[in-house]
Amino acid sequence: MKSGRKKLVLVLVLLLTGISGVFASDGAKIDSGATAWMLTSTALVLLMIPGLALFYGGLVRTKNVLGTMMHSFVAMGIISVLWVILGYSMSFGHNVLGGWFGWNADYFFLKGIDTNILDAGIPEYVFTMFQGKFAIITPALIAGAIAERVSFKAYCFFIAIWSVLVYNPLCHWVWASDGFLFNIGAKGAIDFAGGTVVHISAGVSGLVAAIYLGVRRGFPYQVIRPNNMVITMLGAGLLWVGWFGFNAGSSISSGLTTAQALVATQVAAASGALLWIIIEALHQGKATALGFASGILAGLVAVTPAAGVVQPYGAMVLGASASFICYMAIQLKNKLGYDDSLDAFGIHGVGGIVGALLLVFFIRPSWMQQAAAAAGGSWTVWNQLGIQAVAVGTAIVYSAVMTFLIIYLLDKVMRFKSTEEDEMAGLDRSYHGERGYGMLNAN
Amino acid sequence: MKLITAIIREAQLDKVREALIEAEIKRITVSRVSGHGQQRIEEMYRGQIIVPDLIPKIKIEIAVNEEFVDITVDAILKSARTNGTGGKVGDGKIFITPLEDCIRIRTGERGGNAI
Repeated sequence: MKSGRKKLVLVLVLLLTGISGVFASDGAKIDSGATAWMLTSTALVLLMIPGLALFYGGLVRTKNVLGTMMHSFVAMGIISVLWVILGYSMSFGHNVLGGWFGWNADYFFLKGIDTNILDAGIPEYVFTMFQGKFAIITPALIAGAIAERVSFKAYCFFIAIWSVLVYNPLCHWVWASDGFLFNIGAKGAIDFAGGTVVHISAGVSGLVAAIYLGVRRGFPYQVIRPNNMVITMLGAGLLWVGWFGFNAGSSISSGLTTAQALVATQVAAASGALLWIIIEALHQGKATALGFASGILAGLVAVTPAAGVVQPYGAMVLGASASFICYMAIQLKNKLGYDDSLDAFGIHGVGGIVGALLLVFFIRPSWMQQAAAAAGGSWTVWNQLGIQAVAVGTAIVYSAVMTFLIIYLLDKVMRFKSTEEDEMAGLDRSYHGERGYGMLNAN
Repeated sequence: MKLITAIIREAQLDKVREALIEAEIKRITVSRVSGHGQQRIEEMYRGQIIVPDLIPKIKIEIAVNEEFVDITVDAILKSARTNGTGGKVGDGKIFITPLEDCIRIRTGERGGNAI
């Protein structure tokens, strides 16, 4: 009995530390329950990318709907290929170049993991594909900041380079067992499912790209109206569903942590959505559908880093706080006049920062006790807040600087912003030779 | 009174509106139409080039008093022409027709004042 409990504690510790300890080992047995859930999660996270395509696609003007959806879809192609070739190796290999990123020759083209089974009881193939989906959605999020005015070719090169030089190193620092943010402080920086790696990095990079590119033609005097709010709502719904794979899947198990993350995700999305329409109703007199969708996303983004360590009341407060602060940030954006077209920074950047910092006030006591034990005595909320601030600051500075450099250099080789003619004709016609809604015309 | 009907390229709508607003012509009706002129366009679906027999265009309708006819036409000509100012097949057409009467529904006013 006693040893049984000890084992349980050990397993819990393992689960609570997220993905540490899932690596290595020969002779690990496949845990079919965990594997089944991780396969499901992998599919759910992939579902978020068409969801994002619909969400963003509905928000732009008719002439840009396909071009905008392609920003998400093409990421599924480019990043999947890069991930298999070198992304997984750079993210989850051993430290090289002073820990800038990782490398493991076995992961190059995934050629050495054909029969690997992780300690968590899942085939390494499942883990690499699960992580690969995160690598896909992150650059696709940036597209929201530069929608309706970016050259398709330059965008493709941009996300490929960005993924290699920004996403992979950040992912390595935060999630690899020898990454520096994974090991900082008592129990590392807390980023359960990608607050810093995914949302802060994409949001900040989007902001830099939006400012570099400048505004869309006619912004802000011309009304730029969403072409189809119905597909936007559908996309927001798919994102919410997919987020269960994103957060609950990040437990890399099928057990208690999975359930904790699942509940936190649902609660934060709901409280975020509700608070957003309440603020809107008070501030502008009407509760909008887009407001509800934005609140869902703000809540989900904020709970992403926190899902593994907060209890439901904490998730509720996090979701609502993120909604409030993101709403303010978007009001401020309208005053500042930069053109973050679909609020990639306003929701993902700001929401991610809010979540990653405020989560320290809601960490469940058992985590703090383990951290105190690991620190050899005491570990306070303020200690952890410092660690979180380091992680957030690192993500902001690194992604801002690297994004600027990538765009600046890329712009020397190929024009990054659409020409005025292409922008007026629309991305669909200019870059794809198609139109989204043929049925509106007589033929 | 005249009714000016302009058929223009979809992509030029923003420019034409900006030019009209600059010329103080602010009361217009815009619709999506398809039609057929000298122009051929190609669209691509799954690698197959398709030439739609009806091409999407924008129709702008503006009712004006006589003294505004030239101002309106100039604004449209200047802004709807592509290829620098050289013009290209497909830039569109402007039709001017006499307008018998005009009535403002709100007040029942008639004629030039109602425009």
